[in-house]
Amino acid sequence: MRRRVLPGLGLSLGYALAYLGLIVLLPLAALAWKASGIGLHGLMHLLAEPRTLAALKLSFGGALLAALVNVFVGLLVGWALVRYRFPGRRLLDALIDLPFALPTAVAGIALTALYAPNGWLGRWLEPLGIKVAYTPLGVLLAMVFVGFPFVVRTLEPVLQSLERDVEEAAESLGATRWQTFARVILPLLVPTLLTGFALALARAVGEYGSVIFIAGNIPMRSEIAPLLIVQKLEEFDYAGAAALGVVMLVFSFLLLVLVALLQRWSRRWAERHA
Amino acid sequence: MSGRRSHRSGAGRRFGHAAIIVAAGLFLGVFLLLPLASVFVEAFRQGIQAYLDSLHQPEALAAIRLTLLVAAIAVPLNLVFGVAAAWAMTRFEFRGKAALGALIDLPFSVSPVISGLVYVLLFGAQGWFGPWLAAHGVKVIFAVPGLVLATVFVTLPFVARELIPLMQAQGSEEEEAARVLGANGWQLFFRVTLPNIRWALLYGVLLCNARAMGEFGAVSVVSGHIRGLTTTLPLEVEMRYNEYDYVGAFAVASLLALLALLTLALKALLEWRYRGELAAHAPGGH
Repeated sequence: MRRRVLPGLGLSLGYALAYLGLIVLLPLAALAWKASGIGLHGLMHLLAEPRTLAALKLSFGGALLAALVNVFVGLLVGWALVRYRFPGRRLLDALIDLPFALPTAVAGIALTALYAPNGWLGRWLEPLGIKVAYTPLGVLLAMVFVGFPFVVRTLEPVLQSLERDVEEAAESLGATRWQTFARVILPLLVPTLLTGFALALARAVGEYGSVIFIAGNIPMRSEIAPLLIVQKLEEFDYAGAAALGVVMLVFSFLLLVLVALLQRWSRRWAERHA
Repeated sequence: MSGRRSHRSGAGRRFGHAAIIVAAGLFLGVFLLLPLASVFVEAFRQGIQAYLDSLHQPEALAAIRLTLLVAAIAVPLNLVFGVAAAWAMTRFEFRGKAALGALIDLPFSVSPVISGLVYVLLFGAQGWFGPWLAAHGVKVIFAVPGLVLATVFVTLPFVARELIPLMQAQGSEEEEAARVLGANGWQLFFRVTLPNIRWALLYGVLLCNARAMGEFGAVSVVSGHIRGLTTTLPLEVEMRYNEYDYVGAFAVASLLALLALLTLALKALLEWRYRGELAAHAPGGH
């Protein structure tokens, strides 16, 4: 009864649904329809191609690894920004969102310029035998870059709300600093870290702009799946491009469901041990 | 024993803190600041005159105009959508609300390339509406409408995402009171709701605009890269880079980097000044 006091349900919901239908659902329906055009046989053929497989492996393997790197680095950076007060902290905190704000093409050419064999960083890494630009390592680096803010930003509010007395209690019971972190704090953070992991993963899997410049796009070696879609489009293989797009969407959906399950499990575990 | 322990851990702890701060600062410096700095250094590699010349070319100016045009259409569209979606999601109960929320977030988990591809499949020469559009002389793909559509798709969630948690937290008591006092729907929205959400709205628009002006993958697929006609600033960066015009590419990139810096500064200002009037951005806040 009370809910009906406010007007505008019909207008706002109707508009939102019509907009989503036109902008999101209709185009995705076109994708599914076009992809179905290649048939099951065509799909098998596509997935059996070594070049497709290599690209999918690089996109998903790279994204998983990049998200994992971001969990560790994000935890370190988030911890430093929330727990300690030091000069320049505010500036660093504002800087975290740079990968969100910087257009991907700009990030792509900037990373390439830095890590190319004659770049600022590349010229020091090259003699050590570390090649970044135009290798899978470069792909990984760009993926870490674009996914970096997610873990820090999901972690910060949780770190802020963490009860200090739990830690103090653990320490007064004789736990060392490291034991307190590993056995008391970390389990509480795992669900949040998984949220950040999932967001960073979803972003890195589909990333295009920042990756293609530094990747060098060597088939079978440093070619990502989104680039393969673009190439199929340029060859007017619309059905193949659509099918590869659907495969990517289904894979990332399954991965995200898996992370959500892990998260539910870890949350329950944390509650039981709290 | 406990006295010795706490003494030792005091010095050890301070060292540990310093080590964590230095490690985090070093990482951010090398990983985030250095790429940003390199954009400007590369852009000015051949001096200020070369920089200015490479920006003062007709293609660069056309790209600036096109980027502004696309954002000027896409951002207001998603602004209106975001407000409508947030109003429906936070002021009413209906079935399928969770699904609607997931649908709003969906564009964030779709590869930019796929975001462009779907419109090619709808409006391209071989697409669903392609033949009809061709018969009526309307160009969507490889033209401005396609750029706008792809940009709208990738930036769709920004405003709604900012507003929904905030309006949820604020509740609807004030609006209900205004309603009881006789305000009609639009009066209620413009005089009660809008003043309460204005900073969050601005925040969402800021992020939406940054992405709209900087989007690369999605617009790259629908653009066709026609110089002076369908190349936005990020595409102009790519074309110059691929033509080995590095100074030119980084000069255009520096404009986008400035936009990013401006966005970050305004964002930090909003967060600092109106913290209480912005939504909790991540799960666990408030």
